[in-house]
Amino acid sequence: MTELAIIMMGAVLTNNFVLVKFLGICPFLGVSKKLDSAMGMSLAVIFVMVLATAVTYPIYMGLLVGYGIEYLQTIVFILVIAALVQLVEIAMKKHLPALHKGLGVYLPLITTNCAVLGVCILNIDESYTYIQSLINSFGAGVGFMLAMVMFAGVRQRIENNDFPIAFKGVPSILIAAAIVSLSFMGFAGVIDGIFGL
Amino acid sequence: MQFVIPVGIVIGIGLLSGIILTVAAKFMAVEVDQRAADIAAILPGANCGSCGYAGCADYAKALAEDPSLPINACPPGGNAVALALSELMGVEFAGAQAKVAIVKCSGTREKTSYSMDYQGYQNCTANKLFYRGRGTCEKACLGFGDCVNVCDYGAIYIENGIAVVNRNKCVGCGACAKVCPNKLIEIVPDKMRVVVGCSSIDKGSVTKDICSIGCIACKLCEKACKFDSIHVIDNHAVIDYTKCTNCALCAKVCPTGVIHVHPKKKAK
Repeated sequence: MTELAIIMMGAVLTNNFVLVKFLGICPFLGVSKKLDSAMGMSLAVIFVMVLATAVTYPIYMGLLVGYGIEYLQTIVFILVIAALVQLVEIAMKKHLPALHKGLGVYLPLITTNCAVLGVCILNIDESYTYIQSLINSFGAGVGFMLAMVMFAGVRQRIENNDFPIAFKGVPSILIAAAIVSLSFMGFAGVIDGIFGL
Repeated sequence: MQFVIPVGIVIGIGLLSGIILTVAAKFMAVEVDQRAADIAAILPGANCGSCGYAGCADYAKALAEDPSLPINACPPGGNAVALALSELMGVEFAGAQAKVAIVKCSGTREKTSYSMDYQGYQNCTANKLFYRGRGTCEKACLGFGDCVNVCDYGAIYIENGIAVVNRNKCVGCGACAKVCPNKLIEIVPDKMRVVVGCSSIDKGSVTKDICSIGCIACKLCEKACKFDSIHVIDNHAVIDYTKCTNCALCAKVCPTGVIHVHPKKKAK
């Protein structure tokens, strides 16, 4: 149990996908403009991450390892994740049209999002069990949400400020992202302290 | 064999996903209302919201569901859009109500003065919030151009310190009226050409001191009007545009010349 808690906390804070590992920057910068679309996008990412792990892990362990063709990992994972996201999109368009409209182009972009592919591959690399993989994916998604929601707040402050012209728009956002990322680097070692490792 | 299995697995996964997606697309298809799409194609797509809906798509959807709604609620589209809609929906067209923005301040730099040398954020709302405006008149146009920034049609500009509407470009969407912190901009029927260029709430004697064109609430216009359409409210003249007939008698008697008569609009 403690181990799962450590994996979860680690995925959210010390190994935050966006702010520490720099994966999934595209939606982080693209959808963090408004708080509600940031929330929607994060929920979609959590959902897709857990689902993708739930599907790719058995495929890897069963099919790829079984036949000794681990080198096909990347292409198979991409294929499966792309199909999954497409499925989620179809279902969302039918049942949650408002969220679908709010996410716009970023939902299809999850298909090739490095954060989603990254979490699947990292689960394999870390040789987690199935349960640990699912917890890690969920934690990565929650970490993504934390980063998105925090940054949406930061951006709201940025929008209302009078910046020098050279910094207006993307430069100011990138600098703010760097500072937020810096603050997350400070979590290094926190987990060890909490659980007394 | 060592080539067949990997290739087979990738093909198999691809095939399976393809089949699942095709079935899902079939079962969860969302019917798009063709009528709404057609209507949305006619609307200008500016999403200004002056029809009272969240955007052009929302208005189109509402129209498609309930054809008894007014088809002429789109000021930016004007007559052309209303005509096209009436053709598409087979509804009698009553004529679009073209609208235009008016600015109720005439305090240019020669007429009134600034009470401060404002160096802060160059924005009407900010200036109003912090200092209640930079002019000696509290209701004067702030002249930073918040209205200019929101106008999608390039129909309003700042000239000599006050906002001026280009009546040939203005479509009456009301975006400028929403942002003006002094509420100086009003949307009126396009054919109305008489405008009181003042919103001062100060007494006549005070207004006279701080602005050479401001309304001094002398009520001469009220007496001159034959249609009971102009009244002095809160120390400035206000025209009731449901009664005004564009006779411009009020403009002739106004001692400060704050009642303007715009020339007739050129036909589009």
